[in-house]
Amino acid sequence: MLSQHLIILPIVIPLFAALLQLLPWGEHPQRARRIIGLTSCVLLIVVAIAMLVSTFAGPSVYALGSWQAPFGIVLVADRLAATMVLLTTVLALPVLIFASHGEDNLGSHFQSLYQFQLLGIIGAFLTGDLFNLFVFFEVLLISSYALLMHGGGKLKLRATLHYVILNLAGSALFLISLGVIYGITGTLNIADLAQKVALLSGDDAFILRGGGMLLLIVFGLKAALLPLYFWLPQAYANTTGSVAALFAIMTKVGVYAILRVFTIVFGEDGGAVALLGYDWLWWLGLLTLAAGGIGVLGSRDLRLLIAYLVVMSVGTMLTTFSMNTERAISAVMYYLMHSTFITACLFLLADVIAEQRGKTATRIVKGRQLAQHSTLGILFFAAAIAVIGMPPLSGFIGKLFILEAARTGAQVALLWPIVLGTTFLVMIALSRAGSRMFWHVLEGKPGDVKHPWTQLSAIVFLVGCSIALTLFAQPLAELTEQIAYDLMNPSYYIDAVLGQPGGSHE
Amino acid sequence: MELLYAITVGMLTASSVFLILRGRSFPIVIGITMLSYAVNLFLFSTGRLVINEVPIIGASSNPTDPLPQALVLTAIVIGFAMTAYSIILAVRVRGELGSDEVNDPNYEENEGQR
Repeated sequence: MLSQHLIILPIVIPLFAALLQLLPWGEHPQRARRIIGLTSCVLLIVVAIAMLVSTFAGPSVYALGSWQAPFGIVLVADRLAATMVLLTTVLALPVLIFASHGEDNLGSHFQSLYQFQLLGIIGAFLTGDLFNLFVFFEVLLISSYALLMHGGGKLKLRATLHYVILNLAGSALFLISLGVIYGITGTLNIADLAQKVALLSGDDAFILRGGGMLLLIVFGLKAALLPLYFWLPQAYANTTGSVAALFAIMTKVGVYAILRVFTIVFGEDGGAVALLGYDWLWWLGLLTLAAGGIGVLGSRDLRLLIAYLVVMSVGTMLTTFSMNTERAISAVMYYLMHSTFITACLFLLADVIAEQRGKTATRIVKGRQLAQHSTLGILFFAAAIAVIGMPPLSGFIGKLFILEAARTGAQVALLWPIVLGTTFLVMIALSRAGSRMFWHVLEGKPGDVKHPWTQLSAIVFLVGCSIALTLFAQPLAELTEQIAYDLMNPSYYIDAVLGQPGGSHE
Repeated sequence: MELLYAITVGMLTASSVFLILRGRSFPIVIGITMLSYAVNLFLFSTGRLVINEVPIIGASSNPTDPLPQALVLTAIVIGFAMTAYSIILAVRVRGELGSDEVNDPNYEENEGQR
């Protein structure tokens, strides 16, 4: 009974948690809301683990209202979707713990917006229908609009205005591409679409290529690919730490959508539209990586620097994905997990550093000594090593997988120097930032703002995730290889959705 | 009918793109609204334009497609909420920053002051 409805739970739990949090909770509403939010996050992790375990028996399909695919809307949990959901929930818990130490009081309804945001992200991972993907994108966007402004302030306001306008235009493009795809194929179910697309030829295929490229633009905007990433650094650098940390998963939603749609629908079996946009992804990914590297080097603010690290990670992932081999997709998945945890960790750390430094905040200049100098220094050092990609932490293994995935001469000739070169730039930028902030401190007594251990534990947890990714690299690599295998053999997904009515409940 | 429809959608889209590329928030919000109208009309037409028919297979020789109508309905609701939000945001930006310029005219001076 419960296992049958397991897939809908990660969507229902945050929905009800958010609705409960909106109720008036008497004298101390925030305490009740925090308890509800944290309970929801813990429940989500349990459900996500159960879901990931269940997907090893085959993808499970949940027909909403029991209307079977391709006519009804389905939720599909295969290994990729379940892994992404687990990643989201494991990120959400420490970030919420961090935010519950006062940051959630900066504006109203932070807690319920947070749950709505999770609802949108998880829904986007689980849906098996392109229009539903649009709807969940809108759910996560509208909560992100509000979260981005959390705490107020002029800089945030302007960054939010840019973000909202860009994403509204993006949503319109998304709808246009859906219209084109529906007009040609008559379906929006991803599995059904894959079958219909393979049969197209002539003018129909040509128009569909247009629709598919529009879709790539929309996903590229979400993921922050080169010509579409300019919103990201300002938005991420100006918002509060916990919101930026949660948004570490947001660009990955775009990457996930590209992984899902461009392997199953526009993959090798796509007939006249096979491998649509892969060469664009290769070049734009490389350019994004290079531009991100330059941005990192040029940032005079730690938060801006971390935001450019997000841009770089997107470039790395999409370039690697465009090589279109199992090894490459497996490397992308490992790198995706690593970069989500570690950028979130850095955003939280930057927030703590800013509060303890006081006036100089996160600007990379000489400043006051921090109250918890050595603790934060060690955490920053560990996170920096992981994000640079130096041994022994997860960044090193992630980059190793990516470099290994490049096989042909052209791939090696372009990917290796750019990945290694930008790694070098990040190393320079982060060592400069670290030495300015932790070593070149002003004389005099250190600041008096201290953070409680419970709050810092969120950062420790995220660094711990990076260490866990390193320690369990072998089993995780097996998982990512399985995911890559599923994606390269779309019939696995298609048969699960369309083959057996009622889903695959053994 | 197809030609008229296509011209309408095209004109709406062209005008909205022009408005969105303006530098002030009010024309941009109007542009976004017009773009969502154009998109809704376009979505509506993806089920092919059919007049005076019911959306039931078998009831007529050329039934209309009900799905785009459902999609448009969803898109209208979402678009409406988004427009409301962007108007409030634009008003708030005008109030707090004292200007409705989308880009900060003094950006160069303020850089590094953050």
